[in-house]
Amino acid sequence: MSQSVMTSGNRPEKGMGKSPAERTEPTGSGLRGFMRSSGGDYLLLAVFAAAILTMPIWLAPIGAGYPDILQKFAIFGIFALGFNILFGFSGYLSFGHAAFLGVGSYAAVWMFKLLSMNAFPALIFAVLVSGVFALLIGFVSLRRSGIYFSILTLAFAQMSYNLAYSVLTPITNGETGLQVNRSDPRILDQLFGGTSMTVPDIFGVQLQGWAGFYFCAVLLILAFFITMRIKNSTFGLMLFAIKANQTRMSFTGFSTRPYLLTAFVISGMYAGLAGGLLAVTDPLAGAERMQWTASGEVVLMTILGGVGTLLGPVIGAAVIKYLEQIFSSFNEGLLHRAFDFLPTAVQDIVVAIVAPFVGEGWQLTLGLMFMIVVIFLPGGIMEGVGRIARRVRRDKPSDDGAASKAGH
Amino acid sequence: MTTDILSISGVGKRFGGLRALDDVNLNVKKGSIHAIIGPNGAGKSTLLNCLVGRIIPDQGTVTFDGGSLLGHKPHAINQAGIARVFQTPEIFGELTVMENVMIPAFAKHDGAFRVNAWQRARERGAVREEAEHILDDLNLWDQRDHIVNSMSRGDKRRLELAMCLVQHPKLLLLDEPTAGMSRADTNNTVDLLKKIAERGITKVIIEHDMHVVFSLAEKVSVMAQGTVIAEGSPEEIKASETVQEAYLGGAHL
Amino acid sequence: MDAIILQILNGLDKGGAYALIALGLTLIFGTLGVVNFAHGALFMLGAFCAVTFERVLTLSERVRDPSVTFFEAYKEVPYLTIWYGDAGQAIVDWAVPLSIILAIPVMLIVGLAMERGLIRFFYKRSHAEQILVTFGLAIVLQEIVKYFFGANPIPLTAPSALTGSVDLGHWLGLTGISYPLWRIVYFLFSLVVIAAVFAFLQLTTFGMVVRAGMADRETVGLLGINISRKFTIVFGIAAVVAGLAGVMYTPILAPNYHLGMDFLVLSFVVVVVGGMGSLGGAVLAGFLLGILQSFASMTEVKAIVPGIDQIIIYLVAVVVLLVRPRGLLGRKGVMEA
Ligand SMILES: Nc1ncnc2c1ncn2[C@@H]1O[C@H](COP(=O)(O)OP(=O)(O)O)[C@@H](O)[C@H]1O
Ligand SMILES: [Mg+2]
Repeated sequence: MSQSVMTSGNRPEKGMGKSPAERTEPTGSGLRGFMRSSGGDYLLLAVFAAAILTMPIWLAPIGAGYPDILQKFAIFGIFALGFNILFGFSGYLSFGHAAFLGVGSYAAVWMFKLLSMNAFPALIFAVLVSGVFALLIGFVSLRRSGIYFSILTLAFAQMSYNLAYSVLTPITNGETGLQVNRSDPRILDQLFGGTSMTVPDIFGVQLQGWAGFYFCAVLLILAFFITMRIKNSTFGLMLFAIKANQTRMSFTGFSTRPYLLTAFVISGMYAGLAGGLLAVTDPLAGAERMQWTASGEVVLMTILGGVGTLLGPVIGAAVIKYLEQIFSSFNEGLLHRAFDFLPTAVQDIVVAIVAPFVGEGWQLTLGLMFMIVVIFLPGGIMEGVGRIARRVRRDKPSDDGAASKAGH
Repeated sequence: MTTDILSISGVGKRFGGLRALDDVNLNVKKGSIHAIIGPNGAGKSTLLNCLVGRIIPDQGTVTFDGGSLLGHKPHAINQAGIARVFQTPEIFGELTVMENVMIPAFAKHDGAFRVNAWQRARERGAVREEAEHILDDLNLWDQRDHIVNSMSRGDKRRLELAMCLVQHPKLLLLDEPTAGMSRADTNNTVDLLKKIAERGITKVIIEHDMHVVFSLAEKVSVMAQGTVIAEGSPEEIKASETVQEAYLGGAHL
Repeated sequence: MDAIILQILNGLDKGGAYALIALGLTLIFGTLGVVNFAHGALFMLGAFCAVTFERVLTLSERVRDPSVTFFEAYKEVPYLTIWYGDAGQAIVDWAVPLSIILAIPVMLIVGLAMERGLIRFFYKRSHAEQILVTFGLAIVLQEIVKYFFGANPIPLTAPSALTGSVDLGHWLGLTGISYPLWRIVYFLFSLVVIAAVFAFLQLTTFGMVVRAGMADRETVGLLGINISRKFTIVFGIAAVVAGLAGVMYTPILAPNYHLGMDFLVLSFVVVVVGGMGSLGGAVLAGFLLGILQSFASMTEVKAIVPGIDQIIIYLVAVVVLLVRPRGLLGRKGVMEA
């Protein structure tokens, strides 16, 4: 009785009432996951894992086949996945999530300094510390909803940022940033005939270059799997229900705040993991990671990819980081070379038009993208893909039926 | 006395200068269908708001099933056994019909808060089964995969009723369940309410349609200007001159 | 005692800036129901109106410097000085206050264009989307300014007659309170602008409709008054107010492209503390928080609570939101969530 009642036609006289085509498509809400079969989920996971692990191959043609950028995709993918658990699932827009990223980085670097260059203690500590931090901030911020919640989270993140630059300098090392030194105590490493290396490792394998990327990639796949489980779980359903109608939730017998706080903490822990990984791939932590523009960036990643969807945030993070890399590496000289197939006069004009958007001007492009996505594609890339897919599907039967008609 | 599942006494509520509720007294017998009628703005919805914890009354007491309701959070009141159908449907617009009905069933099974972030929601067999039964009962089975935003008004109201019934509440509050419905839909709803009457759920129903009131209710309270002006069996209310003057004006009968 | 008065004074100019920005934010939120994250950028644009105006006024010609005799030296002399002598020199000197003439039309046009071109499409969309799109706009505006003016702060000076300090202690019967004159000017200026806005809202029919709109948007819409046209103008006014605040602030803080972001976060906090939708609250909270911040920066206070100056405003906001969510002067039930 419990499995697949809906499809097996347990109530055939009713279940057959409508053909699938007549059913309303759940559009753009990204909620179809609840009722998807578990087989479908594992297929998605397998495809996702394969796609991530083979990124070095299939992203090479667009110039992204090197570890530095790929591990950024993975790390910010984790960050955005976690942010999406809060914003995408429950609808609460936090504008201070970068604080957890920063805290994660600081925590990881401290572990490197005090315990060991092994990545695991550092990451565990990063996740724990940012989780506790998120618990505190979330407990207060979630007393409010809507824009008040956004402003509260922003206020907390700004406080953390300001403190990191001032009183907390003993912990954060202020503007210089927190670094690993040869002279650090590193108790565990000393104990086990330690290395004097300052490169993070996992049991002897240094996490640099490709090793660093694959380490991040595996954690991204794990994070994706957990997110998928959460989305399909009762807990996930409750978050989506809170997003759909929080009033109804409380009159339905749910205490909504603990659910939201749980989501907030989970999401903060993802951010902490991402922050920790940033420190693993480059053992340095600075307060600029906590700035509110950084919080804005993860929001953009999530909506660009598709709020509330599983894949969207990962795609959004990769797209943003890729464009950042491309756009900010250009300068006028490179532009002239890129457009040298044009006549000189035209080339000058084109370069003059493009120049403000690249190099130092990458932020301008980012801002424009932000606006364009929110205005024209609030459902993000995933919705765009969905729209195209639906159009293709709708076109197909008509192609068959009216093949003789003058095509396009 | 002991047969009253709900007793409201001396409840008052002001909104600024407006006396929305003024010394309201009302007792609802266990297992009965109790109708509240009255002109717009009489304070009927406000009274329900006091019962479910949306509003805290300024004075008075509300006792439900032996305990006081006042000061409790909405979710606690629901967990105690009160479910409500709102005047404008409060449903989860972006979710499917099935999910809409499963969610209240989860509240019944798991309580006000329980994190189960690993098991799939759809694999909770008991919850699903209950939801399926209700959908079947209320003729929503065919629409179970629809996103509820796309449903008709009447279907939405029916869905909200399903969401309440799946919880097997002790007391069901219905705020104008047939408002804006066609004649046919209204009749369907009345049949439905009669059908579920057999389950022994106590119901308080606010209604404008006198046919509905007189064909369902065992007892009728008439509210006007924030207070109960008359109470009795449908026949008594029909006969009462006070009521005729204050509200019915004879036209409806 | 002296120290306390000095700190209060110190907070007034910054408080004035907060109040002016928050006033516009509240007007926009109260009437249009829009959360404008680009409002700080308008403040910044105002400041750069002053920069531009000053640059135009000081367009110069290189002329031989006759005071240097032993080699050929040149100096830059503004055309204004060449053409009009002392009068021209005076105009250059008063560049910052005079740029108000440029800032008013420019900011009005920017404001109207923003509302017509972007904001009006977001009236019906969620607050989250409003925040996001205006956040994007804020980035775009600041990056455009960065492109034209560079990343470094550009210092401007107050007219020489208004630089220097006055001995306020002399008036107050205390000693040792000397205070920069321009900051007093700024405070008075902000009071004048605030008074003008309030007078406009209280005394004109237009203002009446706007106030009614803030109290109950739906009803006013039902009266058949074309509020949409009116709200466009409200946005324009809010933009001008923010711009003027920015113009006059330039001698206090050399403007750079991210000035707007710095002030925006704080101004939002001010709005929340004052009470979302309450104009009086925005003004009151602006000055209060300005003063509070200057108290928190006193060395004596910092010695007791290190870092308090960095976070005081945010702390206040958190406490207010938790204890009294409608803010200092917000009406009960309005925008409490
Ligand atoms: N939250 C509220 N704030 C202010 N006034 C309210 C509120 N809720 C209801 N009222 C007022 O109380 C009166 C009674 O309303 P209501 O209970 O909805 O009447 P009805 O009997 O039609 O359901 C009305 O005048 C209504 O405007
Ligand atoms: Mg009502």
